[in-house]
Order: sequence, then structure tokens, then C-alpha cells
Amino acid sequence: MTTTHAGAAPTWRRIVAQTDFEARAILRNGEQLLVTIVVPILVLIGLTSVDVLDIDTEGLSPIDFFTPGVLALAVMTSSFTSQAISAAFDRRNGVLRLLSTTPLGRSGLLVGKIAGVLVVGTVQVVVIGVTAALLGWRPDALGIVLALVAMVLGAAAFTSLALLVAGTLRAEAVLAVANLALLLLALGGGVIVPADRLPGPLEHVALLLPSGALGEAMRQAFQHGSLPAWSVVVLVGWTAALGWGAARLFRWH
Amino acid sequence: MPDSPALEIAGLVKRYDGRAVVDRLDLVARAGQVTAVLGPNGAGKTTTIECCEGLRQADGGTVRVLGLDPLLDAARLRPRVGVMLQDGGLPTGIRAQDMLAHVARMYAAPRDRDELTERLGLGSFGRTTVRRLSGGQRQRLALAAAIVGRPELVFLDEPSAGMDPQSRHAVWELVRELRDEGVAVVLTTHLMDEAEDLADHVAIVDHGRVIAEGSVRDLVSDGDDRTLRLDTAAGLDVGALGAALGDGLAVTESTPGSYVVVGAVGPTTLAALTAWLADRGALATRVTVGRRTLEDVFLDLTGRHLR
Repeated sequence: MTTTHAGAAPTWRRIVAQTDFEARAILRNGEQLLVTIVVPILVLIGLTSVDVLDIDTEGLSPIDFFTPGVLALAVMTSSFTSQAISAAFDRRNGVLRLLSTTPLGRSGLLVGKIAGVLVVGTVQVVVIGVTAALLGWRPDALGIVLALVAMVLGAAAFTSLALLVAGTLRAEAVLAVANLALLLLALGGGVIVPADRLPGPLEHVALLLPSGALGEAMRQAFQHGSLPAWSVVVLVGWTAALGWGAARLFRWH
Repeated sequence: MPDSPALEIAGLVKRYDGRAVVDRLDLVARAGQVTAVLGPNGAGKTTTIECCEGLRQADGGTVRVLGLDPLLDAARLRPRVGVMLQDGGLPTGIRAQDMLAHVARMYAAPRDRDELTERLGLGSFGRTTVRRLSGGQRQRLALAAAIVGRPELVFLDEPSAGMDPQSRHAVWELVRELRDEGVAVVLTTHLMDEAEDLADHVAIVDHGRVIAEGSVRDLVSDGDDRTLRLDTAAGLDVGALGAALGDGLAVTESTPGSYVVVGAVGPTTLAALTAWLADRGALATRVTVGRRTLEDVFLDLTGRHLR
């Protein structure tokens, strides 16, 4: 991937082309746009304007309390749900195989996919951030920097999970699993509702999940200006385990 | 090494769940030639091609593509080898022209897209999303994507499946032009006319092995063999007819009332045939004599039963 072979476009140009291709594919697709942009915005507006969850916001305004979790949810929609579904259908339709025979190759395809997720993530952060700001959210600069670190770590873990699922299950099964997992993790995975407010054993389980670790890291970053080491360890650990699994188990056919 | 083949497969073995779908297959394809891999469904054609494209790992034997290993040297081969997959592999949510542009961006000096669009008639559906294209339109787009990078070797897996006659001729013309430019073209097909019209070299594959190969002329002309087809009354005694026609001729009733005579069919054969029929009061409603076609050879080799 580092050497450009005769006949091939330079590596960076191939990666940029694929990144652009992946990001456009998601942002042009109605269903993908719904799950990555519209759903998080609706959740944000719903949580802050209607008193749906009877939660102690620790003295914070609802917008300050919920925005970090909504951003964490947004990361999950783009890097997991949307990525798993698109990769699964691309795999079924032979798109991954065809592109891997061009100079892009398998590694270029993977890097392009990950970079595409980051582009979509950036669009999400801007749209959700601006919406939250309009609703009265005022994050500080340190919080933003730390949160960006947390979001990249979260995106890495969830993209690995997406590729593991997309590379091992049938496309239709991925469609069901990706949406169901998003829903379950959003409700009980410590994303929007902090883990310590979850009932029973979920309180402890959620902190071990990538969703809980990401949610916790986002809240700490914005609300306390720090990045919890435990969250970083959990996210890096999941990325390593899921990435290893995806690399070993991914079936191209 | 101008004489070294573009593709050299020796003793290729590929198993799925322990069952060999490619079983010690040998094949050579040269630059400036069209090599057709002909075989019934499930013969192992696509699996063989996928091993050459680096999409599958062989379980045995060797594959050399442009003198290189398709897996170990994949990065060096990708810019030089064009691929058209049987199932297309085109992303569905993108416009046809954007798809071709995207693939072209992977190459340093791609072909002129306007010219390719014109040649393959892609212009009429360039702004249509791939999802809405007909089978033949998708095939043409996939072919364009396979050759946009100016490959030295192209693999076309059933290139004209689902195409109307006009598209097919446009594709064939382009394939001939590629060959004339010195490109090695390897195509799989089960269309006899495609192989007969296009191929310089035909390899007939069945049960994962090459069972016959050569030029179309080599394959169809077995000495003076000709095929006589006859339509007349059903249920004639083919043994007696064969004896009346002379040695070296085999007579079969392929369907009731249709007979095929294969062998050294000459002017006296026809005279003997009509005399034999007249004796039995049978009228020949159709008699044709021709060379064996590639289809005859293919069906003789791979059998006439459905599978």
C-alpha cells in the first residue's frame, strides 16, 4: 500500500477517491441519512424539549447533560449500523471483490471505508453540534478536543464490529442485527442514559461495553474536561479483539 | 520474455468442503489472443478464473499471471489485470458514469472515458443509477470498468450474459480490438457462437478439468467428419440404416423423427440414404449436411443430459 506500482494512481489518490466514494454513498442514501443524521437529531430534540426520562441531570441543563450521549449515539450509527449494512450488501453484490481487483486492493478498500466513516462522522458532529448550540449547548474547547479523541476511539471499535458482522453474516441478517443492536445499546448500553443510572447488573455490564465506554468518555470530556482511562482501555481492547476477529473471519465471498 | 504466456495454470486444484471443483486443471493463455474457457454450469470455470484474479487461494498447483503470483504479487498485478466478474460487482446506488469515473481514478493513465462510453453505448444510461440498469447495460458497464485501466490481461466471466444481439456485437468488436492491441483476453462462456466467433484458443472444461483444447478449427474438424441431420418418420431402425450407409458412420435418433449421422458423409451417403428411405416409404422432410459445430463437439464431450 505504500508503494505505487506502474499503472496505478498514487496511493493517496486511490484512498481519497475511495473515501469520497464511501462518504457520498452514505450521505446520498435516504435510509443511511435517516439513521446517521435524522435519528440522532430527533433524539436530541426529544430528550431536551420533552421530559421523557426522569433523570437527575446533576444540576446540568438537559442539553448539557444529553448532548455528549447523543454524539456518542451518532458515532455508533455511522461507524456501526450504517457501515455494517453497506459493507454487507457490497459484499453480497460482489462490490468488495470487484474493487479489490483494481489497484485499490483490499487494504485500500478498508482504509477508504474507515476514512469514509470519519468524514460522515465529521458531518454528524457539525450538524448535531450546531443543532445543540442552537438549543443552548456551550461546550468548552478542552472538552471538544477530548471528545474528538473519544469519538475516534469509539468509531474504531464500532467499525471493527461492523466489519466483523458484515463479513460473516448474510446481508439480510446484518440488516436486522445492526438495527437491533443499535436500539438495545442505545437504550441499555450506557450511551444516552449513563451506566450508573441503569437498573441491576446493567450498571456494571454497560461500562464494559464499547457503547458505555464511549458514552462515559463523552460525558466526562464535556462535563469534567477529562478522559477516563477505563473508557480508553475498554475501547482500545474492543477494537483489538473485534479487529482481530474481523481480519480472521471476514469472508469476501 | 516476449514468448512467456500471459497466463499459465498448471495442475490447479480448488476444493470446497473437501470436494474438488477444480481438479488438476492446466491452461495457457497468450498475449494478443482470445482464450475461451467453455464449459457447462458448475464445471469450475469461475472458480478457476477467481484463483487467477487473486480472489481465491488455490489448494494445489501453480498459477502464474504475467509471470507473477496472483496472491503474493497482487499489488503489482492489479494495475495490469482487468476483471469483469460474473455477478457484476457494481455498487448499486451510484450513477453509471460515476461508477466508471470512480474505477478510472484508481489508474495512473486510464483510457479515455468518453471514447469508451461511446464504444459501448453507455451514454444513454450514464446518469441512471446502476440499480435501475438492465442486465445487458450492467454487463457493458462492468466491461468498461474492466478495461478502463488499460490492462495487459483481462478476465471476462460470461461477458455477454443477458445482452441483446446489438450489445453483444459491440462487446465482441471491442474484445477483438483488445486482442489486436496485444491484450490477452480470457473469457468464460457457455455460448458456443461466442467461442466460435471470438476465440483463438478454446479450452473445454468439465468436472474441473480441461477435457479438450485447441483452435475452433482443431476442435471441430476431426478429419473428414461431417454431420448429416435428417427429419423423417420416427422409429426407423438406426442399426439397419447405419449398415446401409457404410462403414465409419454412426446413426442416432436424437429425438423421435430426427436423426443424426456423424462420420465421413459423402455424395454416395446421400444417395444410399434416400434409396433406403424410399424402400421404406419414408419421406425426408429435411436433410442438411454440415461440418461438426463446436456445439456438437461440446455436447459429445460433456454429454447431452441435463444437470
